[in-house]
Amino acid sequence: MALRTTIAGISSPEALAEALKSAMYLADDGIATAGYLALALGKPLLLEGAPGVGKTEAAKAIAGILGRQLIRLQCFEGIDAAAALYEWNYPRQMLAIRQAQDGANIDIYRDEFLIERPMLTALRRPESTVLLIDEIDRSDHEFEAFLLEFLSDFSISIPERGTLRAAERPVVILTSNRTRDLHEALRRRCVYHYIAYPDPAREAAIIMLRSSAVAESTARAVVAAVGILRNEPLSKPPGVAEAVDWAEAATALAHTGASWPEAFRRSIGAAIKDEEDLAHLRPRLAQFIPGMAA
Amino acid sequence: MSATVPGAVRPLIAFPALLRSHGFLVAPEQTVSFLEAVELLGPRTIEHVRKAAVATLAPHPEQRPLFDALFDMHFIGAVGEPGEDSFEPDDEMQVQDDIGTEEIVIGDEVNETGQAATGAEALAVRELRAPDDTDTLRRFGDALPNALPHRRGYRHKAARRGKGIDLARSLRAAMRNEGEVMSLKRLRRAPRPRPVLLLIDVSGSMKQRSDAHLALAHEIVHAMPRVEVFTFGTRLTRLTRALRLRNRQQALTEASGLVADWDGGTRIGDALEAFLAVPRFAGYARGANVIVLSDGLERGDPTTMIRAVQRLAARAHRIDWFTPLAIDPGYRPETEALRAVRPLLASLGDASSTSRLCRAILAIGEARAA
Repeated sequence: MALRTTIAGISSPEALAEALKSAMYLADDGIATAGYLALALGKPLLLEGAPGVGKTEAAKAIAGILGRQLIRLQCFEGIDAAAALYEWNYPRQMLAIRQAQDGANIDIYRDEFLIERPMLTALRRPESTVLLIDEIDRSDHEFEAFLLEFLSDFSISIPERGTLRAAERPVVILTSNRTRDLHEALRRRCVYHYIAYPDPAREAAIIMLRSSAVAESTARAVVAAVGILRNEPLSKPPGVAEAVDWAEAATALAHTGASWPEAFRRSIGAAIKDEEDLAHLRPRLAQFIPGMAA
Repeated sequence: MSATVPGAVRPLIAFPALLRSHGFLVAPEQTVSFLEAVELLGPRTIEHVRKAAVATLAPHPEQRPLFDALFDMHFIGAVGEPGEDSFEPDDEMQVQDDIGTEEIVIGDEVNETGQAATGAEALAVRELRAPDDTDTLRRFGDALPNALPHRRGYRHKAARRGKGIDLARSLRAAMRNEGEVMSLKRLRRAPRPRPVLLLIDVSGSMKQRSDAHLALAHEIVHAMPRVEVFTFGTRLTRLTRALRLRNRQQALTEASGLVADWDGGTRIGDALEAFLAVPRFAGYARGANVIVLSDGLERGDPTTMIRAVQRLAARAHRIDWFTPLAIDPGYRPETEALRAVRPLLASLGDASSTSRLCRAILAIGEARAA
């Protein structure tokens, strides 16, 4: 297979990182490299990482810079081909059969009776869409096995219609929170990147990029605090999204006249969303609240 | 491929082979992708090769330290320019060259150990041998999927009665009658076995039973669809991946290499806290049948264990605790911690022999029905 060294004007990982920045996504080296390789090799991109590190955001940003529509397939336990691929519009088929009773031969497997689901849409319009298969770890093993077939040769078999094959390989991005181990066969079909929490400087930059109202000192204080919180044994450590929320919430409260430590303390619900975690932190809350530590 | 890559490609092809010899699963197609990725990235420095390797050979995050150590050993020793990259061995990992083979001493993160328990540890390496209970275990494995509690699944399957209507089957049936719907076909949600979380005490007081418990864990991993296995003593070790090897002896050998705290002290509370502190691990307990194989002889602070079991119980479907001390039907837990958590347990069963333990686990579902 010929390698596509330039995709939508992106000729290197650095160029991808630059383009993502213009789409409000600050990518580190790792994700820029993996993203570039996935696009160039025509392979799906598998992003793993803790909740809230920006996996879905990365997919949105990539769709944005490619100028394509993002089609999101949210996985859940019990998801099956009918939810992911296609379904026949049975009531309309039935109606058509009833109306054509006078001997007319009717093809009930025409396009008008086919309901496209995200994977079929991506397959039919690969040049204009990005398919995001979100939280693949929530689906069950049957669905994962079914996905393998799709990701190997980007074709779908519809028994009544034959095999549909994508004219070109669609851009597919999979995300996983690692609530279970994915099958090795799935991992090896993908270009892989594990998104870790960003380093403090990058996270502060992300907060300021996401929310223009937040001052740099606030962003740095929040980043330092969530850094400590992530090292605590919490059931839900704050992700990047929570850090952004906390900085925004504290800024909003400070604008209403609250002092800084007070604003951070009252808005901690934006970062910590589990009563058990709060109970664990409460005795030492002063250590985590920016501006309160001695 | 050979037309586009220079002769210096040999070390690149040898690297996936080196990874395989250290237990990484690398498919030939990944080697091809790796070479293509190296070509795409330049490569300008050895770090570009590393990035290409990580993206295409897809090591699990917990395997990254070992992956990086192997990468450094292979490339920085073989093709890297001296001084191009400073290689400092990680604090938690040493790479030793021993009689011509590389012995990698792996740290906590590599085998997914949770936070190490405080206090003195007696770390040991043990040779695990599969006990000769093959027949018992096989019968146990066959019976297990039906014996453990199920829950209603989210997938539908055809049924005689059910709330949902199966439009596809109904339509096909109607077509045989020229579009006349004679009977509506039904769907119902198929029951699914709940996930199983197995927590095995490998401390000194459980020494006699550890081998048998690991063999049992291997059987459960292969009998049920979603199983996670952890051992605990003075630290916590995830064994699920090792036990997925089909050959029992091979799996047990692999597992024995991961567990560093055989026959040491028992800090159940700390180990469970460590388990719950890793959100990914804690997620394994959600809605699960939790099976604990331990005598409950806690040497640490009982309040920690009580709190940890409370948190575990809040997530799990049920917790069944099996102890070898319960050989006497009139057994009552003696330790303060186990007495306190007794009300949180669905059952406290007998694990004094493999056959008794198998019977007790198979009775979990019946106990609920009774």
